[in-house]
Amino acid sequence: MGKHLEERLMLGLMLASLALVTGSLFLILGTVIAKGLPALNLAMLTQVPKGGYYLGKEGGILNAIAGSLAMATGATALSFVLSLGVALYLQLFVRQSSRFAHLVRLSLDVLWGVPSIVYGAFGFTLLLLLKMRASLLGGVIALALLELPIMVRGMEEVMGMVPFGLKEASYALGATRLETSLHVLLRQAAPGVVTVILLAFGRAIGDAASVLFTAGYTDHMPSSPLRPVASLPLAVFFQLGTPLPEVQQRAYAAALVLVVIIMIISLLTRLLARRLSKHVVR
Amino acid sequence: MTDSVIQIRGLNVTYRDNGSAIRNVDVDIPSRQITAIIGPSGCGKTTLLRSMSRLLDLIEGVRIEGRVLFQGKNIYDANTDVTEIRKRIGLLAQRPFPLPMSIYDNVAYGPRVHGLRKRAALNALVERELRTAGLWEEVKDRLHAPASALSIGQQQRLCLARGLAVAPEVLLCDEATSALDPISARCIEDRLLALKADYSIVLVTHVLRQARRLADYVIFMYLGELVEHGPADQVFANPKEERTRAYIAGEFY
Repeated sequence: MGKHLEERLMLGLMLASLALVTGSLFLILGTVIAKGLPALNLAMLTQVPKGGYYLGKEGGILNAIAGSLAMATGATALSFVLSLGVALYLQLFVRQSSRFAHLVRLSLDVLWGVPSIVYGAFGFTLLLLLKMRASLLGGVIALALLELPIMVRGMEEVMGMVPFGLKEASYALGATRLETSLHVLLRQAAPGVVTVILLAFGRAIGDAASVLFTAGYTDHMPSSPLRPVASLPLAVFFQLGTPLPEVQQRAYAAALVLVVIIMIISLLTRLLARRLSKHVVR
Repeated sequence: MTDSVIQIRGLNVTYRDNGSAIRNVDVDIPSRQITAIIGPSGCGKTTLLRSMSRLLDLIEGVRIEGRVLFQGKNIYDANTDVTEIRKRIGLLAQRPFPLPMSIYDNVAYGPRVHGLRKRAALNALVERELRTAGLWEEVKDRLHAPASALSIGQQQRLCLARGLAVAPEVLLCDEATSALDPISARCIEDRLLALKADYSIVLVTHVLRQARRLADYVIFMYLGELVEHGPADQVFANPKEERTRAYIAGEFY
């Protein structure tokens, strides 16, 4: 009887936390949809802000959509290349229990927790040093830094799940570490790696603080890597900050666009991951 | 006495976490015969087996002392090409681990790694080794299907074909039938018996009946020490050591 009670109690607690988590998520999503959907129209998605847009006149946020996509894509690509190198190195060339490996992991975990405004400030200092101004490139660099710890740690975890016997099978045939990592480790871990990329992309495209100083903001479409670009999180931020209710509504619409972009990319990633898992050994 | 393919001299292996695994092992592995390493769990059978192709190197915190001579050269010499050793001394593991690719690519993986690129040559090789492993008839129509879709017995035969495809001289089998159903196990055993004409085979087993069925030569390990080794008939019928006799009689496992 005591055991049954225990089980019921635990089940109840789990259901309560599930309800709390999903409930608040749906509340956010619901608010964004309820307030954003009425303000959403074709013009918003296809036009850049015209004069007086922030006072409720016509125009759209195509500049921010394009800027966000460009920055997040660039940052994810840059971060992926760097992270892959680090993760493979940690997996293949460093003894897993060595002090060096622990130190690298610890610093990455700490970096994961650093507030994104710090990345923004760091990126801004870097730009000053290079005598550059806020630009697409600056935003890409800041977001890539933001993504690095997520990517490296995520990839490392995913690659660490590859069974030892699988790597041994490749080594036992006389394959080198590089061959084993490219043909066996990466293939086996591919669906997980794709998910990690999505995670990092989502973090980057939704971040406002790190692009505030590094990418700036503009009403124009992105034209050059060295010129400022707009981004959706900042579009939300600026529009919410106005006192006009119709502009605030547009902020919710911009947030909705951001959510939809993340949803589309998430679905595409799942499709890709399913494709890649065709050969995965379980 | 037939000639030997591998000579082990004064081999000591220690693991950082578990201490000594095998101590002072001296033994010659006969050429083109089946050698069975027997003994109770945790006696160092697998360590001894993996020490012969430098697969122990992959384990963290392992220390290896002594020499393992393969064709007169110590494979633990600093200038040894490890990939070459692993190519010439193959492994069939306890559980099949097909690589995350198609059946065809699994067999072609090793030859490709060692530089074979010609399509026709690869096709011929894949067919030959799949036939040798007794898998060809079952997979010839779906060579490009994922290897992970095969049954576990088929997977183990695929692993055998994959191992043979790099033309090793020695085949190390680590309880290669223990994860299989009896029919698949028998199938692998038959293959090994057929293969000993061309390969030197070393297998670890804790199934005494399997050792009796297959082995020409037997090594008995107990608590990290090599207790006795000799021709299978002699060790099974007339062991010199009391511990060997007791193990074979089933007095402990």
